[in-house]
Amino acid sequence: MIEYLLRFAVGGVAVSAFAALSDVLRPKSFAGLFSAAPSIAIATLLIALMQNGASFAATEGRSMIAGALALATYSWTVCVLLQKFHVSSWVATMAALGIWGLVAFGLGSAFSGVS
Amino acid sequence: MIASVKLSALRETRWHEYAIRFVLGGTTTVLAGLIGARFGPVVGGLFLAFPAIFPASATMIDKHIRERKEKAGLLGVRRGQQAAALDALGATLGSIGLATFAVVIWQLIKVNSALALFLAMLSWFGVSIFMWHARRQPRVRMSRRR
Repeated sequence: MIEYLLRFAVGGVAVSAFAALSDVLRPKSFAGLFSAAPSIAIATLLIALMQNGASFAATEGRSMIAGALALATYSWTVCVLLQKFHVSSWVATMAALGIWGLVAFGLGSAFSGVS
Repeated sequence: MIASVKLSALRETRWHEYAIRFVLGGTTTVLAGLIGARFGPVVGGLFLAFPAIFPASATMIDKHIRERKEKAGLLGVRRGQQAAALDALGATLGSIGLATFAVVIWQLIKVNSALALFLAMLSWFGVSIFMWHARRQPRVRMSRRR
């Protein structure tokens, strides 16, 4: 229980800090770089290192490559939906989540054979 | 235009919006840990780059810009969407940096954990900034020619 409270606190602080940084930066395209900051990754990897060791963290890192490329596809899709199709931000960001899942699990299964 | 800091933007964010980000960030970190524990590091690692707070952040950006424009008597819907789209474009470039963060972790964390985390952060930041500049340069040159 304490472990998950710690995860919640560390993750919450890391995400909030990068989001606040993104708020104050201009232009918006530059601030957006911080929307892809490794906030959740740092919190999770630190705890994984302490609990499960470096091999576990390394495997998470390898899978995270697929997750990050999926995030790039997701963000680009959101950008296109907003600019070309003029849908609301909420609809664009929620609709594109399926793309993240497809790319992440597709690439993840391809990467799982790489050591 | 080069990057700048506008601290007054912090006042536009309401306390409940900070709370939403904290709760979403904390919840996603807990879920990433639970998924890693239940399904192993291969599946868990994917969720280290899950767009957890992206929908909330983009909606907040859209709302803030729309409200600012509407206060000035302008139609803010399109400007709000454009601001959120620019943020998404930045996130696309930052995601390439995030992928290099992951590569450094994968290759170096077994050698030296602290150094791997430091170099991974450095590579995320460096690659993200490089990608942003690389995308800007052709546009800057074109606007100078005009």
